[in-house]
Amino acid sequence: MHDTSLEPPPSAPPPLPLVHRGRVTMLHGIAPDRTLLSVLREELGLTAVKEGCASGDCGACTVAVADVTTDGALRWRALNSCLRLAHSVAGCAVWTSADLVHDPLIAKTTDLHPVQEAMRACHASQCGFCTPGFVMSLFVAYQRRAGEGLGHEEAVRVLSGNLCRCTGYRPILDAARAMDDYPRAAMDEARLRDLVAQADAARGDAPQGSTYLAPRTLADALTARARWPQAMVVAGGTDAALALTKRQARWDRVLDVSRCDALTAVSVGSDDTGPYLRIGAAVTLEQAWSVLAERWPRLGPFADRFAGEPIRHGGTLGGNVVNGSPIGDSMPVLIALGARVVLQRLDADAGLQTRTVLIEDFYLGYRRTALRGDELLTAVDVPLREPLPEVAAYKIAKRHEDDISTVSLAAAWRLDPDGAVQHVRIGVGGVAATPVRATAAEAQLLHRPWGRDALQRAAAALQASVQPLDDGRASAGYRRAMLGALLMRLAQTTEPGVPGVIASTAVGGLESVAPIAVDVELQGEPS
Amino acid sequence: MNVADAALPGSPVACGGCGVPVAHESAAGHVCGTAPYLDDIPVPRGTLHAAPVCAGVAHGRLRGVDGEAALALPGVRAVVTARDVVGEGFFPTPARDEPVFPTEEIAYEGQVVALVVADDERTARAAARAVRLEIEPLPAVLDVHVAHAQQHYVLPPVHVCRGDPDAALARAPHRLQGRFSAGGQEHYYLETQAALAIPVEGHQWHICSSTQHPGEVQHWVAHALGVAAHDVRVECRRMGGGFGGKETQAGQVAVWAAVAAQRVGAPVKLRLDRDEDFRITGKRHPFHYAYDVGFDDDGVVQALALTMWVDCGFSADLSGPVADRAVFHADNAYFIPHVALHSYRCRTHKTSFTAFRGFGGPQGMLAIETVLGDVARCLGLDPLQVRLRNLYRDAPAVPWTAPLPPHHHPVPPRCDTTPYGMRVEDNILEPLLQTLAQRCRYAERRAAIAAWNAQQPVVQRGLALTPVKFGISFTATHFNQAGALVHVYTDGSVLVNHGGTEMGQGLHTKVAQIVAETLGVPLTRVRVSASDTARVPNASATAASSGTDLNGRAAERAAQRIRERLARFVAEQDGCAPEDVRFAHGVVVSPVAQRTFDDVVRLAYAARVQLWSDGFYRTPKIHYDRATLTGRPFYYFAYGAACTEVAIDTTTGELRVLAVDVLHDVGRSINPAIDIGQIEGGFVQGMGWLTTEELVWREDGSLWTTGASTYKIPTAGDIPAHWCIELWPEPNREDNVYGSKAVGEPPFMLALSVWEAIRDAVASARRRAALPVDRPLPLDAPATPERIWRACNQP
Repeated sequence: MHDTSLEPPPSAPPPLPLVHRGRVTMLHGIAPDRTLLSVLREELGLTAVKEGCASGDCGACTVAVADVTTDGALRWRALNSCLRLAHSVAGCAVWTSADLVHDPLIAKTTDLHPVQEAMRACHASQCGFCTPGFVMSLFVAYQRRAGEGLGHEEAVRVLSGNLCRCTGYRPILDAARAMDDYPRAAMDEARLRDLVAQADAARGDAPQGSTYLAPRTLADALTARARWPQAMVVAGGTDAALALTKRQARWDRVLDVSRCDALTAVSVGSDDTGPYLRIGAAVTLEQAWSVLAERWPRLGPFADRFAGEPIRHGGTLGGNVVNGSPIGDSMPVLIALGARVVLQRLDADAGLQTRTVLIEDFYLGYRRTALRGDELLTAVDVPLREPLPEVAAYKIAKRHEDDISTVSLAAAWRLDPDGAVQHVRIGVGGVAATPVRATAAEAQLLHRPWGRDALQRAAAALQASVQPLDDGRASAGYRRAMLGALLMRLAQTTEPGVPGVIASTAVGGLESVAPIAVDVELQGEPS
Repeated sequence: MNVADAALPGSPVACGGCGVPVAHESAAGHVCGTAPYLDDIPVPRGTLHAAPVCAGVAHGRLRGVDGEAALALPGVRAVVTARDVVGEGFFPTPARDEPVFPTEEIAYEGQVVALVVADDERTARAAARAVRLEIEPLPAVLDVHVAHAQQHYVLPPVHVCRGDPDAALARAPHRLQGRFSAGGQEHYYLETQAALAIPVEGHQWHICSSTQHPGEVQHWVAHALGVAAHDVRVECRRMGGGFGGKETQAGQVAVWAAVAAQRVGAPVKLRLDRDEDFRITGKRHPFHYAYDVGFDDDGVVQALALTMWVDCGFSADLSGPVADRAVFHADNAYFIPHVALHSYRCRTHKTSFTAFRGFGGPQGMLAIETVLGDVARCLGLDPLQVRLRNLYRDAPAVPWTAPLPPHHHPVPPRCDTTPYGMRVEDNILEPLLQTLAQRCRYAERRAAIAAWNAQQPVVQRGLALTPVKFGISFTATHFNQAGALVHVYTDGSVLVNHGGTEMGQGLHTKVAQIVAETLGVPLTRVRVSASDTARVPNASATAASSGTDLNGRAAERAAQRIRERLARFVAEQDGCAPEDVRFAHGVVVSPVAQRTFDDVVRLAYAARVQLWSDGFYRTPKIHYDRATLTGRPFYYFAYGAACTEVAIDTTTGELRVLAVDVLHDVGRSINPAIDIGQIEGGFVQGMGWLTTEELVWREDGSLWTTGASTYKIPTAGDIPAHWCIELWPEPNREDNVYGSKAVGEPPFMLALSVWEAIRDAVASARRRAALPVDRPLPLDAPATPERIWRACNQP
């Protein structure tokens, strides 16, 4: 099926095998900095996938990607093809909406796939340009689940990275609920696994001179890092690829760490500081946040507001941390949790060198970090010392879903038996050139009784100690005020409730507010 | 209707005629991704790609364009500038104030100064960054008030006055004065602007354009290339959204592609990427308002003086008619006896603001709804009561005169007459609002919300029910015409071409339903072809909500003429009268015989009966005087109302829209599914304009929000948990196609209920904080979290 006769010359891109419509398709000569979107449209003629924004915000370019993880599971992901490097899905199966009716692995019941049938029947397309992306987000949800329709909240989460300007979304949410009402279009998963295995084998181990390096071991990754320090290091590429789509950058060589087993694992370890959770740097945001939310359930709703679903499927925790944006959503939480980054390099004489740095010490300035030119950030360690602290995280943005934070704040605290604060860490974003730890605020809380008064003092200290950003998202004054408001929300959510007053949840004061005196129902047709 | 019975073969539902909620004609293509948009069309061999070079300076003098570095890059073919324009260097707009490429003055930051043409899009875009522009910067005017002070206008001011507003204001028992503003809005059609220009034989051109107005693209391209209109054929199968943004703005993109193609002698495609589209193309006009309103103890408005400063950007474009429509809708649904409306069309060094769904109507109606909300709070009255008391009413037998000084007003205004002198003859406002208020239990919820707000320290709710009265017709009367061409082929299949364009609104579906209904054939036998200037000439833009009214009726007339010919033919065969021949469900029935439509067509062809026809329609009754803005600019009004409940977090300004109930008038619906889709989509788009969608400019005049990462349109999570749409059950009182009413724009303004509900919640927060609410609330649109938070807490 695949062509192994053409060994790439020392400085050429490797072959790119994809599982597509029931066979392995080999592409050759694909430059390392080509996006999956451009390859699908221009090399494979799959114009079903659209460019809407080229920044991972609108979802018109969403495709479904399946691969087999190291633990043998078939992994389904909806990805923004506009920000995904084509070579990063080498060995994976890829679908666009046009493929759902042409893939022999999908048992056909009607002319359309049930997801498509539901979208059509619910009148969920108007101009139709965003529609293929919505179909693919729903298709991935369809494949991930056993066959019950999506509930409203889950549908909103699944569609959080897809924008529609025509319909007002109601019919699309109806389709999300209705897609499982049709006879199941079964996927031949056994055959799919075979094909993915074939394609993955065809990918082979890229020779050292390749312009797209995707090492499978940590040693190879660190060797490549030392050998080609100028190579662009990517994991999910959701931030890095903006340089290609927005600034017309060109990359001659790419080091893709997302295939490296050591970087995609989640494990629990222990050292002299106690037990810790080690999250590999190339673990997807989706998986990383679900691991954190397992231990700290209040982080779940916060995680759902991290970008949109395809970015959460594609982007990685290590990528978010290493990019060091002052408004990245991971860092305030990781600062609150007391997390450390693991930085590794291969020294010619001394071998593997590892150092760990507290997240808040990792950032030196605006998008500048302590990472050395020959190092890779390989993992994030989150302390698990019992009893685990309480954690809460809040985010203010112009829009609830899929928006970059105006301000975010995370706090972790533990009280002693008397109710005094025994341990507290607070991380904030959007208030400086880097994510910061709010030590002045912490000092107002430590060893004092937890409650509104202490948090009020902490808020004042926090507000006095930061120089917030002032930009199109919000003014510095608003951001400063919000730091106080979010600490007061923390007080509100952790103090005993006032009778008759709605209890706010971890995310925000509005989360539990329902309409008054009308039945909550979705209605589309006239009565 | 029982759906199971109705779906039997041969029944109206199965045939998909008028009134049936059939799926969009391209739905299957949409969901499979096989419906092609401009960028998906296979291009001819040798097609090159263009990318724009933007000025980067808001105002300045262009000294030179240096393309040397760009031309040195591999794959770059040409740098195209004003020198390469063979025809006239200005777009042929009425104002002639917009150059194809600037030669001297740079008028806004995103202005396209040159194009780079290369073998592929990526090379072109990278090379565009290598073009060096020499521009001498000049001071830029970015603020409408500065522009107004300097009389820096794109068009002269317009004033509409009735009665004696100054005296009536002075006499009124209560008076309020306020100022506020509404931001612009990016269309954010998912498909960015694009065009493909293909030279064909004999100096002729084939232009594929994502445009709402192929006829104008044809006119502009011919003008720029120095050829005649018959040398340019413009085609558009579909757009990935338009919303007004591809009315004039598609023209520039097509002209640029054509000029580049003429220069290099090869086909050229130009597709703006999202950032370029944000920077370069026009958006909804931002407005600034100052009002002075006088009213009585019941909140009945006696006089209003309203000034609107319209930010038009660097050129006139459609700013005249947009600002006019804002004037025409500054009354919305309300009778205002004494009124002065002042409209200043300010020129600023920004992108040229343009058509956007509602076309000035939303900005006009926002003003009066804001005023009435302030009036109600000033008096401590329920805003709905105040709105009901001010509605237009049918004129009493004796002209209404009571509070008017006769010496000031020789002809007392009737309470059914707009400030521009048009009588509201089809008024359903009062019953429509009362019906909605009952169905959504307005009074009960109002009380419950008040009780709830009294207990809650952080979260406050708001409620508002607002009406929409929107005038249907192009205010430029001559645009209210349309043509269509209907072909019946010998196998009985039908092909329809009309002057309208498909941007997702379902126009082609509705026109196909109208033709299927007229010919009595199943919808599956009717296909609508791409819009094409070679088939139907001189078509107006698909805009002003008029697509179905105009083109649907033109197609209906064409189909009627074919049906009449077939009826005459059958009557001759069967010896009956043509009126006795019936066409329905694919069958033609005379008193003597029953034949399939296909058989009749075959026989008629053999008998040499013409099986195709054109159709033409011009809207009756309309006229108005452009100088005084008086007359009957609209054929009829579309009505609607929405009730919205919101909650705000007063400590952060965060917002949730909780519940929306809509009762909207589409006349007799040609396709209820499509109409409801327009209502919901328009509402959510209007909600975005008033809440999260904020355009931010830097001090140097460049746009900060140039992408989806900074400019936030609503997502699936923003729609209300309760969301009920109902249609008003009455056909259009004017003679309109199938008894329907236009639906594209009016629902956009249902979202004013979101705005007023937010202001209601803000007022409640202010009361709790012991801040004044008897003065105009300090809130500008869009109501972002920061603005809501400030309004809740600002003294």
